[in-house]
Amino acid sequence: METIRIDVPVMAVISARGEKPDYLYWVGCAGAFDDRYKKVVRAFVKILTYLKTSYAVLGKEESCTGDPARRAGNEMLFQMMALQNIELFNKYNVTRILTTCPHCYNIIKNEYPDLGGSYEVINYTEFLAEKITDGSLKIGNPLPTKQQARVTFHDPCYLGRANGQYDDPRAVLGALPCELVEMHRNKSFALCCGAGGAQMFKEAEPGNKEVFIERTEDALKTEATIIATACPFCMTMLTDGLKYKNKEEEIKNYDIAELVVQALQI
Amino acid sequence: MTKQLAFIVVFLVTVGIFIYTVSRLVSYFRLTQAAFPVKDIAQRIKVTFTVAFGQTKIFRRPVIGLMHAFVFWGFCMISFGTIEIVLDGLLGLDKSLQGLGWLYVVISGSGDIFSWIIGVFITAFLIRRLFLHIRRFEGIGMKHISHLDANIALVLIGLLMVTLVGMNAASAELQRLSPGRAAGYYPFSSCLSGLFSGAGDQQINNWYEVFWWLHILIIFLFINVLPYSKHFHVFMSIPNVFLSRLDPPGKLPNMEQVTREVKLMLNPDTAFASSSSEPIIARFGVKDIEDVSWKNYLDSLACTECGRCTSVCPANITGKKLSPRKIIMDVRARMKEKGPGMVKQGKEFSDNRSLLRDYITEEELWACTTCNACAQECPININHPTLIVDMRRYLVMEEASAPGLLKVTFNNIENNGAPWQYSPEDRLNWARDLEMNVN
Ligand code: SF4
Ligand code: SF4
Repeated sequence: METIRIDVPVMAVISARGEKPDYLYWVGCAGAFDDRYKKVVRAFVKILTYLKTSYAVLGKEESCTGDPARRAGNEMLFQMMALQNIELFNKYNVTRILTTCPHCYNIIKNEYPDLGGSYEVINYTEFLAEKITDGSLKIGNPLPTKQQARVTFHDPCYLGRANGQYDDPRAVLGALPCELVEMHRNKSFALCCGAGGAQMFKEAEPGNKEVFIERTEDALKTEATIIATACPFCMTMLTDGLKYKNKEEEIKNYDIAELVVQALQI
Repeated sequence: MTKQLAFIVVFLVTVGIFIYTVSRLVSYFRLTQAAFPVKDIAQRIKVTFTVAFGQTKIFRRPVIGLMHAFVFWGFCMISFGTIEIVLDGLLGLDKSLQGLGWLYVVISGSGDIFSWIIGVFITAFLIRRLFLHIRRFEGIGMKHISHLDANIALVLIGLLMVTLVGMNAASAELQRLSPGRAAGYYPFSSCLSGLFSGAGDQQINNWYEVFWWLHILIIFLFINVLPYSKHFHVFMSIPNVFLSRLDPPGKLPNMEQVTREVKLMLNPDTAFASSSSEPIIARFGVKDIEDVSWKNYLDSLACTECGRCTSVCPANITGKKLSPRKIIMDVRARMKEKGPGMVKQGKEFSDNRSLLRDYITEEELWACTTCNACAQECPININHPTLIVDMRRYLVMEEASAPGLLKVTFNNIENNGAPWQYSPEDRLNWARDLEMNVN
């Protein structure tokens, strides 16, 4: 087994060479700045490299999609961000965008078209499920003797209810050497982690419980050893929930991309 | 003849009151704002058949959902019988649809079976409301009057079914006494025909008339009570589903007037290109009832106050003040309060109150995670999160009011292009020293 270095391709550089990648990978602010979630982005880039996908990131040119601003009511700020991003996409003739954050996915896919930015937006769960189906991503069980992990999947609102994507993440998890168990509230019934709609960036309103604790309890009831997430905010919330419940030693929270990387041992 | 005349009078009065109610509602709708254009009729018909007639969303709670579905389907079948009663009354006929042959057997037979099913289920619903503690029927926004309203409607429906069964039982007995006399098929109610045993033709006929009149009078009463009740959903839910928002649930509507301003800001040259004839928008977002869209108001009229939305709301579940049902009920209540004044004195009318704050507090609005669980659950496709965001839009853009940390977030986005205070220069730091194994 050897190790290679990955140089993440940056759009400005690639395009200066006169090349155009197949995909723009939109990293998102959490991918750029959240220490825990950076690992997820690194994992996904490993998979892209493993699959020899032609892609590039915007790097320093990327900025917030405007999602928290829009959902908090600051339409002015949202549209400023969106129009700037659309201009950037158009400068690079972007046609296909890969996302890991469901909030970025939803807003670029569903809301940018109103402002003149229409692209084919593909979430990484869709992308991975397709690669598994077409056979280009083969995840064998590398250690058949290793006890199977018990995994439960928390549906992100902006992937699930907002965009009807319940099957792809499960298809990817289904291809991994793990046992998938559902929480009693799952798919369209799934409970929010509590972070959407800009809640991530503010204190919760007064109540008798934190939403993320309620959701963590759902996950704990399944007796899963791994909580799989597919959204940076859900990850923050459920990881916090595990800490709050003093379970962070026995139960881990991984993103689907990280689980794929673990299974591929790359 | 007297019966016919009496019926025509009662019928005209009923229709008259109903038209008055509808015209008032229309004048309230005139006060509302535009929403989406109603296009994609084919898709709308499909949604109506699945969500309304198919009751698909009701079935998300299987047991009570099935009961409701039977009541709904029953109402659909029984309404043919109601049409017949009205025709009979207006034309002075008896069982005017009997010429339909086998179809009449289906209509009368299913109507009879459903009257029993509805009667039983409605009784169960009433018992449930009166004696069982159902969490989603309680909570913020549910006042004593809300419960009374629900119970009155259930009692009326129950009486409708009792009188229908009475009519059908009398018909069945008349049929038995002199076959060929009364048309129709009454498989269930015929078991009660024994109650009339010993009574003569004339007496049974009298009973039939009594039930017939009671039944149609309760229907007329019901029709004119409904628009003032939560059970208005009996009329409004099918149109409301047909007029559903068809966008993906995660998509928020774009504010065109903001787009114009932002484009101007980013590129001042376009200032002259924009025509000055565009209407000046009075206000960004929703502060009061005149700012809501016709769809928001329609939603509020169609809401059955079932509380399914609130029961799945993460904010509500964890004890926050937000209840999506209350938001919708508040729209209806506020229109009822302010609408008449605005109809009389125009939109400038003010009672120094507003939907925001006097009905819906900022605390409620800021508790929403826009998770869409409420909209997903609503059996008649009401959309709460878009309205909640519209009210946030008013707060932020007109009053610059938001929780402190959100203001910081806005600043960060504006200045660093990220919700956190990091430099755009560091955006690619995650990619440093990235290595992977190759087998
Ligand atoms: S979208 Fe808002 S109101 Fe609706 S369920 Fe979620 S948190 Fe509650
Ligand atoms: S909004 Fe829909 S789910 Fe909520 S109470 Fe009204 S009808 Fe029921």
